[in-house]
Amino acid sequence: MLRLNLLLLAALVACALSLVTSRHQARKLFVELERAQAMARSYETEYGQLELEQSTWAMPARTEKIAREQLKMQLPGPGRVEIISGGGAR
Amino acid sequence: MRAVALSAKPAQRRAAKALPPLPRFRAPLVFGLIALLFGGLVVRSLYLQWIDNEFLQEQGSSRYSREIELPAHRGRIVDRFGEALAISTPVKSIWAFPAKTEATPEQLVALGKLLETPPQALAKKLSDGGDFVFLARQVPPEVADRIALLKIKGVHDQNEYRRFYPGGETTSHILGFTGDHDTGQEGIELAQQEWLGGKPGSRRVIINRRGDVVEDVEAIRAPQAGRDLALAIDTRLQYLAFRDLKAAVEANKAKAGGLVILDVQSGEILALANWPTYNPNARNRVAREKMRNRALTDVFEPGSTMKPFTIASALEAGKVNPGTIIQTAPGTLTIGPNTIHDAHPNGALTVEQVIQKSSNVGAAKIALSLPPETLWRTLADAGFGTPPKTGFPGEVAGRLRPAKTWKPIEQATMAYGHGISVNLVQLARGYTVFATEGELKPATLFKASGPVAGRPVMKPETAHAVRRMLEMAVQTGGTAPRAQVTGYRVGGKTGTAHKLEGRGYGNKYVSSFVGFAPVSNPRLVVAVMIDEPSAGQYYGGAVAAPVFSGVMGSALRMLGVPTDAPVDNVILPPDGFEIDEET
Repeated sequence: MLRLNLLLLAALVACALSLVTSRHQARKLFVELERAQAMARSYETEYGQLELEQSTWAMPARTEKIAREQLKMQLPGPGRVEIISGGGAR
Repeated sequence: MRAVALSAKPAQRRAAKALPPLPRFRAPLVFGLIALLFGGLVVRSLYLQWIDNEFLQEQGSSRYSREIELPAHRGRIVDRFGEALAISTPVKSIWAFPAKTEATPEQLVALGKLLETPPQALAKKLSDGGDFVFLARQVPPEVADRIALLKIKGVHDQNEYRRFYPGGETTSHILGFTGDHDTGQEGIELAQQEWLGGKPGSRRVIINRRGDVVEDVEAIRAPQAGRDLALAIDTRLQYLAFRDLKAAVEANKAKAGGLVILDVQSGEILALANWPTYNPNARNRVAREKMRNRALTDVFEPGSTMKPFTIASALEAGKVNPGTIIQTAPGTLTIGPNTIHDAHPNGALTVEQVIQKSSNVGAAKIALSLPPETLWRTLADAGFGTPPKTGFPGEVAGRLRPAKTWKPIEQATMAYGHGISVNLVQLARGYTVFATEGELKPATLFKASGPVAGRPVMKPETAHAVRRMLEMAVQTGGTAPRAQVTGYRVGGKTGTAHKLEGRGYGNKYVSSFVGFAPVSNPRLVVAVMIDEPSAGQYYGGAVAAPVFSGVMGSALRMLGVPTDAPVDNVILPPDGFEIDEET
């Protein structure tokens, strides 16, 4: 009888300790999850900002300004255009 | 007591003798009372535990659990290729309880530097009293984090969203803008609030004594992010339209202007530009006047751009054919007390030439040969008098009075676009009838997935006949040679309308041009309107047609539309040559 009780006691202690560790693990994992979620949110924010930036850089007004001023591009006049029609291109 | 103590023994004896025995019920009574008290406690505790437990539960949970709001951002608005036109990004607002704020002068200086406001102004805000004051709204998150590091007592921040519009003033009229809490206030932002708006969620969590979240308890509401919205707008064409319109308004010293590009196949609005405009990213102190999307919310008398509909109505009714001769001499037509004038009198003209030369008398004569209902039906079928239903809030229907109320003079003036009012999008959409096989396409601001079927309102032969006349109008002998485009055949009509001022027509004009290209297989309709040009020129052919030509040419090239004319097709009259043009 005493031996059984001791055995049960040992089992109880083991269970109790494992509960403590698993609880601790759960907390730790949860903190990690939180951090990961916060990161996901911040990446989402950053994505939005980058997209905004990309959009701003790609605005036609800016493209045109660079083409005209830095690259000195211009529309060809009617005399300088030749239209190639037919052939395999179409 | 001392007396008793001094003579303890005799007193004890006396007491034993004198005191009556304890009443028998005393002990049970005391026991009973105590038991009753215990019972009361048990009942109370049971009551608190099981029945009236809300208050204590709440008190308890408020010490370790919190409800956290989960933000949901507003959907983006993108153009037809997915290019962002409106994006919300998180920002923070800095606020304080003035009564509870304790800031040292150094802290105030540091805060002022971060917020780019003088410390004195901050101190004033904090000393003005009140329970709550915003120190700064919508600051970037990095700045807010650095403010939090200052650890000023009583100064807090809160998360908000701010909407950015990369297109700035070029797209502001279509998109509108959002107000506080990122809800739509104008334009598409307002009309599509349901679709774009996110619904924030919340969850309950357990926190430790430092305020860190240690456990999730339950999700109360899942956050619902707003959905993205794809518009029909093509950012490149929108820019072209805006650039050329702005240049034209400035060159002509005009009051305002509008430009619309429609896709003929789908009715999509590829570009819609207005001037004056505003920058939605910095719209403090912008006059309401500049915020109006004139192309949809303002009407004007279209003038001669209406003539093709009159001719189409007569062709459709079989009253005339393109070769029928109409006598327009001597350039005036008197109806009762009123007289209609041609600014440059012509003689006998064919119906085609009435359009080409834009003769008011010719158009009026043709209109008067029709029953009012017939003309009314054609105009109503072309979408005049009903809102274009583009999905924009506050668009107007224009004015097309019922045929029964028309007097002959009104029917005559309506033939050349007076006594009727339209908005620019309606006008552009009306021309899809001539650009297609007689179908009126539905104009929409939202992206369509392919060609959209229109409503057939006219015989294909009629549409083709009018198309040919409109091509003649931009060729030599027509009113708008400057509308020609290198490499493409175009067709279109000028309009120059006197503006109604008070009760009559004054000396202010609205110049317009509506046309399509390429004529062999039309792809785009472009409508241009310049309000009150005052730099000398005011004819639609001189003011609006060049804008049409520039925008149409660039747009067709950008879309890679195959040319249908040789590159030397543009034949302009020599400099100084006056084009005979009607109003």
